[in-house]
Amino acid sequence: MTPLLIAQIVLTLFVFIMLLNSAAAMVYVERKVAALLQQRLGPYLVGPKGLLQPIADVIKLMFKEELRPRAADAFLFALAPIISATCAFAAFAVVPFGADTTLFGWLPGSMHLQVAEVNVAVLVVFAIASMSVYGIVLAGWSSNSKYSLLGGLRASAQMISYELSYGLALASVLLIGNSLSLRELVNAQAGTWFGVIPRWFLFLQPVGFAIYLISGIAETNRAPFDFPEAEQELVAGYHTEYSSMSFAMFFLAEYINMVTVSAVATNLFLGGWHGPFLPESLGWIWFLLKVSAILFFYVWMRWTLPRYRYDQLMAFGWKVLLPVAVVNLLVTAAGVLYFGS
Amino acid sequence: MVTLNHYLVLSAVLFAIGTAGVFVRRNLITILLSIEIMLNAVNLTFVAFGRYAADVNGQIIVFFVMTVAAAEAAVGLALVIALFRNRESLNPDAFTSLKW
Amino acid sequence: MTLFYVFAVVAILASLLVIGQRNPIYSVLLLIASFGALSGLYVLLDAPFAAVIQIIVYAGAIMVLFLFVVMLLNAPHEDTEYDERVHPLFRPGPMRFGAALAVALLAELVWAVNKGGGEAGQFAGGSVASVGAIGRSLFTEYAFPFEVTSILILVAMVGAVVLARHEKGA
Repeated sequence: MTPLLIAQIVLTLFVFIMLLNSAAAMVYVERKVAALLQQRLGPYLVGPKGLLQPIADVIKLMFKEELRPRAADAFLFALAPIISATCAFAAFAVVPFGADTTLFGWLPGSMHLQVAEVNVAVLVVFAIASMSVYGIVLAGWSSNSKYSLLGGLRASAQMISYELSYGLALASVLLIGNSLSLRELVNAQAGTWFGVIPRWFLFLQPVGFAIYLISGIAETNRAPFDFPEAEQELVAGYHTEYSSMSFAMFFLAEYINMVTVSAVATNLFLGGWHGPFLPESLGWIWFLLKVSAILFFYVWMRWTLPRYRYDQLMAFGWKVLLPVAVVNLLVTAAGVLYFGS
Repeated sequence: MVTLNHYLVLSAVLFAIGTAGVFVRRNLITILLSIEIMLNAVNLTFVAFGRYAADVNGQIIVFFVMTVAAAEAAVGLALVIALFRNRESLNPDAFTSLKW
Repeated sequence: MTLFYVFAVVAILASLLVIGQRNPIYSVLLLIASFGALSGLYVLLDAPFAAVIQIIVYAGAIMVLFLFVVMLLNAPHEDTEYDERVHPLFRPGPMRFGAALAVALLAELVWAVNKGGGEAGQFAGGSVASVGAIGRSLFTEYAFPFEVTSILILVAMVGAVVLARHEKGA
């Protein structure tokens, strides 16, 4: 049990617990920001400024009765939230969130701030995102209820449609970054131009960033693309029949998918953990700030924009976003060929 | 020590399982799934030989085989839907009207 | 070494269960498990690109297609004139013949594999083919098959849409 191995095990546990905490924090942030956008107060009773509200929510969810419809397929009904939650956590395993660290000199060598360093990290994130479709489609099918089935099929069709533009936006970044490893892509964004403008891929690929973010919102089934789980349209879509901890797992999976999409967007377009005024080893602070900014954008979008109807949503994905992504890829390729960078 | 033979035997076993599925099952979708098992067994053989000869062509052929398998699955499933709409059954024995 | 056996056992077991299940949805899910095991085997064979596109293409796209079709058709369990209580692999008649053929095929293949020479085929001290090398080869040496594949997918798309749409009138 070398110190490095212990440190890596502790890091894995740390990432896991931090993801859980981030989901809880997102619950609070969502409700508070929604309230402020709608000019009301939001949670303020539990704890100072309502900060302990997520704890109250979790306790409430834990004590609810766990229901299962009698005609539901028991094995698939239990498996679906497990698949959703597992894929959500697994996707974050290859995302780096800081520079190498030696833990203040305790470690003999330096350790990556990343659970698993893989040299095809971008593809792995994409692969696990495409596996998370199964949690939703199985939830819809196994509940044996018409709202759930419709919601499940619609959600999965939406997810696999927006995976195309998601992948093409990733490909455009890969053309510039010349590597599939997220760590190398972040390190290619270190430094500044003219000492002022940071070398983020955002400035080289603005359209790509927009496409990636829109596809990410559609992939995580968030507004304005959340028709499949909209309360006013389909009761609750694919998680209608779930209650208590299974519902909490779907909730958790959705928030952690949001965090993963934001983290990958930060690494690919916003320079990851590089930033002024702080030494490299404290880069994770910048990472946190940037991810929080994108998460705030997510919540802002949800409570500002009206919801797309399902056919409008699919038409947008196939007829608008996909051609724009393809043209973006072609223009990026032409640019790389011409400028040779 | 895992040698090339291990991978080839595993691939042979998977291929035989797929073949058994095609012969034995009387459900069109399960037959298509067995065909996918066979294609995967072949993919494994290609990648194993690619590693044995330190050749990159193994993975490239796998790329093309996967693409062809995707196209074949799409068209096969469309055929299954069309057949089901006609005869309300997924049993291949129900489509024997051309038999003499 | 043990990882190989773990993945191999999972792949074989899942494939056996695929052809042995009555419910098509369980068959599809077990096949996804088998693909996951195969992906692990590709990683052991120093082929990360093949492993990842196996998950993305096969487990993530083709199997979703299968699952959609099974759900939309509400695919029934197969109804045959054979006795429902006896498992498909043990029924008399053509099924037993088919199963026997598969066993014969397996025996032949294993014999052929073990026949060749004395050396058991050790792996070369590998140079790992990076994804960059694969990409370079795909776009230079195999550029023509690459473009033909894209036309093949287009044909498959058009074919699938035409075959599966509702007939007007008639």
